Amino acid sequence: MAADRLRVAVFGASGYVGGELLRLLLGHPQVEIAAATSTRYAGRPVGTVHPNLRGLTGLRFRSPEEMGGFDVVFLAAELQTAIKVGADLAKRNECLIDLSPAYRLRDPAVFERYYGTAHTAPELLGSFVSGHPEDNRAALRTARLVSVPGCMVIATLIALRPFAADDLVDGDVIVDCRIGSSGSGAAAERLNLHAERSGALRVFAPHGHRHEAEVCQASGLAVRMTATGVEAVRGAQVVCHVPLRRPLSEVEIRRLYRDAYADEPFVRVIAQRRGLYRLPEPKILIGSNFCDVGFSVTPDGRRVVAVAALDNLMKGSAGTGVQCLNIRMGWPERLGLAFAGLHPI
Amino acid sequence: MSDVGVSEVRCPACEGDVEIDSSTRQFEIVECPDCRSELEVIGLSPMTLALAPEVDEDWGE
Ligand SMILES: NC(=O)c1ccc[n+]([C@@H]2O[C@H](COP(=O)([O-])OP(=O)(O)OC[C@H]3O[C@@H](n4cnc5c(N)ncnc54)[C@H](OP(=O)(O)O)[C@@H]3O)[C@@H](O)[C@H]2O)c1
Ligand SMILES: [Zn+2]
Repeated sequence: MAADRLRVAVFGASGYVGGELLRLLLGHPQVEIAAATSTRYAGRPVGTVHPNLRGLTGLRFRSPEEMGGFDVVFLAAELQTAIKVGADLAKRNECLIDLSPAYRLRDPAVFERYYGTAHTAPELLGSFVSGHPEDNRAALRTARLVSVPGCMVIATLIALRPFAADDLVDGDVIVDCRIGSSGSGAAAERLNLHAERSGALRVFAPHGHRHEAEVCQASGLAVRMTATGVEAVRGAQVVCHVPLRRPLSEVEIRRLYRDAYADEPFVRVIAQRRGLYRLPEPKILIGSNFCDVGFSVTPDGRRVVAVAALDNLMKGSAGTGVQCLNIRMGWPERLGLAFAGLHPI
Repeated sequence: MSDVGVSEVRCPACEGDVEIDSSTRQFEIVECPDCRSELEVIGLSPMTLALAPEVDEDWGE
């Protein structure tokens, strides 16, 4: 292994996001995975938990104590653990990229309202740079602490950005989110029993989903979210109903999207008039770091239905985490992430 | 490689660039690479495109 590779660690490597980080980092030409933590599987090969990685690495899980001295730590633990260990990891390592919701919101009161419990390290809120390259690339180049937004937040912000940026929205934006079962994490247990999940179209958050607070904070828009668990393992799709301040034509809206994303390596504008996949759909994005975004506008030009889709474990978390790493290190943004999704799947 | 000339024409549906080579004949159907509209070549000089009639598909009624 090249001596000049970056030494990275994954905290919470036995989870779904952690496993995806390992998959990406094992294929990344500039990094070496120096540690992968798990409390339950310490000492066991990572392939024990992530069978797709068998034969690719001799890496074993280690316990999460004494995690210091790494160039970069990816934090992929559940919320309360992330809040507990965040300050220590931030102090003892060069750079911390958090995938959990622990440091996404800036206002402790908003955190408490949406999470139902007070934040136990409020002094850290506001010290993380939002890991959303499409809005925040410049700040990420020098950031030491990065907090990647939620998966449905990333999709929603990409769908709404052209309208928010130009102050074109008039009133509440309604966002209908659909997400696959991996969004609940490997610890979901009963929730994700086949018998409970198979065939589901479960409206698990008719209102007040936690991601709503993040979208409002980042976009400045009044957003109302509904989230539904659907029959898929990976994938998230958001359908956003956007009331417009003045009527816009299809051509004008297409131009807004083209201008917003012409230089983005992972955002594709997909709004086709023919074919099977006319608007963004997660199915063909599985395993890739793309977020597809598209739209349809009502004949009177007053309401846009904006649609975005991504793989929640890729562009929705681990993939964006690695994209942030690439930006932070000044590497090409596509490094280790350039591959397409699967078709057919 | 043949050296057929290529001209760029605006898609009437989305204003994307559609490349058309000089061997294209009148009433040929081309596809917009951006919005995937089927476009009919209704004039050659200047090169003019119009939306071709299409049959809609419906996934649920
Ligand atoms: N799943 C998604 O689509 C998604 C998308 C975006 C963001 N996120 C966020 O990313 C984080 C990970 O999500 P996930 O879906 O991968 O969850 P997960 O599958 O449940 O994984 C959670 C990880 O946290 C570790 N952990 C749990 N308790 C711990 C403790 N007390 N001390 C140390 N480590 C502990 C677990 O390892 P051990 O139990 O083996 O220690 C496991 O590696 C969460 O904060 C989630 O909100 C998830
Ligand atoms: Zn077109």
